[in-house]
Amino acid sequence: MIEVQNLHIRFGAGTPLEVHALRGIDLIIPRHQFVTVIGSNGAGKSTLLNALSGDAPVETGCVRIANEDVTRLPSFRRAHRVARVFQDPKAGTCENLTIEENLALAARRGQRRGLSRAVKAELTEQFRDALSRLGLGLEKRLGEKMGQLSGGQRQAVSLVMATLRPLDILLLDEHTAALDPKTAAFVLELTERIVAEKQLTVLMVTHSMKQALQHGDRILMLHEGRIAFDIEGEARAKLTVRDLLAQFEKQRGEELEDDSLLLG
Amino acid sequence: MLSSIAFWGAVETGLLFALVALGVYISFRILDFPDLTVDGSFPLGAAVAATLIVGGWNPWLATLMAMFAGAAAGMLTAWMNVRLNILHLLASILTMIALYSINLRIMGRPNVALLTETTVLTPFQDMLDAYYLVPVVFFSLVVLIAAGLLHAFLSSEAGLAMRATGANATMARAQGIHTGRMVLMGVALSNALVALAGALFAQSQGAADVTMGVGVIVVGLASVIGGEAILGTRTLLISLIACIAGSILYRLAIAFALNADFIGLKAQDLNLITAILVAVAIVLPGVRRNMKSVGVRSA
Repeated sequence: MIEVQNLHIRFGAGTPLEVHALRGIDLIIPRHQFVTVIGSNGAGKSTLLNALSGDAPVETGCVRIANEDVTRLPSFRRAHRVARVFQDPKAGTCENLTIEENLALAARRGQRRGLSRAVKAELTEQFRDALSRLGLGLEKRLGEKMGQLSGGQRQAVSLVMATLRPLDILLLDEHTAALDPKTAAFVLELTERIVAEKQLTVLMVTHSMKQALQHGDRILMLHEGRIAFDIEGEARAKLTVRDLLAQFEKQRGEELEDDSLLLG
Repeated sequence: MLSSIAFWGAVETGLLFALVALGVYISFRILDFPDLTVDGSFPLGAAVAATLIVGGWNPWLATLMAMFAGAAAGMLTAWMNVRLNILHLLASILTMIALYSINLRIMGRPNVALLTETTVLTPFQDMLDAYYLVPVVFFSLVVLIAAGLLHAFLSSEAGLAMRATGANATMARAQGIHTGRMVLMGVALSNALVALAGALFAQSQGAADVTMGVGVIVVGLASVIGGEAILGTRTLLISLIACIAGSILYRLAIAFALNADFIGLKAQDLNLITAILVAVAIVLPGVRRNMKSVGVRSA
């Protein structure tokens, strides 16, 4: 379970460029829930994700993962609980290392790394098995450099890497935004499959309302660092892109009213 | 032509600087950490080993202490970068400058002679008829062992974590790797190798001198880049072999150039030639790529 309490995050505090990115987020994600997060640019989607991964500086508030207070822990100290797939296919993997070596890195996520060989025979067997289920033929290319794979292939491998070890939450940071529509659909379908198979708790940030409606079982809409809209269950099932757009408009409308108050 | 003594002398120096090249490979290539500390840790290794040997220490122990001193110097540079957020290049220059004073303090004077002392080479001195081959064989073994251990380490879980740190630090942290610690360890390891080279260099040349570090970093870089240009970087093993080959070929090229009177080069031109070679080697792959793409466009 993930608990976020009254979370505030501010970038460049005290400078003219100060951004109050999150303004009091309260959120509980139960185990096995698949949450999608939408919102316009600057709404705080990525900051919320970074707060969970340990990559954003928390000003006040608290983040608990599986009953452990991780608010002050840097990303590498909570990696045993948190797995992540980045937006940029290049960001989540090392292109100069082989596919096998990338997987070996992920196979020890959040664990001690000693002096035994990183790529062992029994691991290779496990990798081959996991990759063959992608249906991309990558299990025959374990020794090739990661940089030789296409963006979609790399995101697929990133997903496999993220789920090699047990985790308390899987963070997907617009992980299909850099892909062409067909590849994006494949990676999303793969995501669904892995999440269902391993019964994962997921937070997926996306730009696409359609994606948010088609995947997962709860939608969060962020606006100016706050949760503007939180819907799950039956109400969510009936929701359409049009409804979400209306919500968007409503948020923006309030913004306009605020401005007109100020200007008037 | 080179005499065989001059030829094997160049190979010997090339082997010693192969250790420097391996160290530079760790900082520049594995960690992406441009580290100039080596200009200070090379004479540091020499100073520590020479001073201890003159003080009656076992030469092997003295050499080991030299490696520890080098590791400490590297650790200082990395610490300034990781903890104090000083730019890596600047942090390494600060350590390098500081080491100049420290090396003078360690030796108590600008140089220490070792000609009459027992060094790691002494027991093997009379084993071969061609006396000038003794250091070549000895240093070949040292380099092979060092490269073998380095390869084993970089293939281990911890070594892979170090390679990931330099290749993609954000990804490394997301995998739970303490990247700061990896930089500390890597730069320390790099400078330990360089100090080992300095310690052995002093013992084979018969003296440690406070100025012997000038330009070591450029020679190391020249070896790494030159070796990569010739052998490529397809696998880790090839990259390490490239460092060694690059270092030896660099020394041979220099020896031939200085030996060929018709070119008119003198020993004092060495650093200038090295700098030009490194600049060319860095720019060349890019130029070649540009020319290729121009060719494609016009076709």
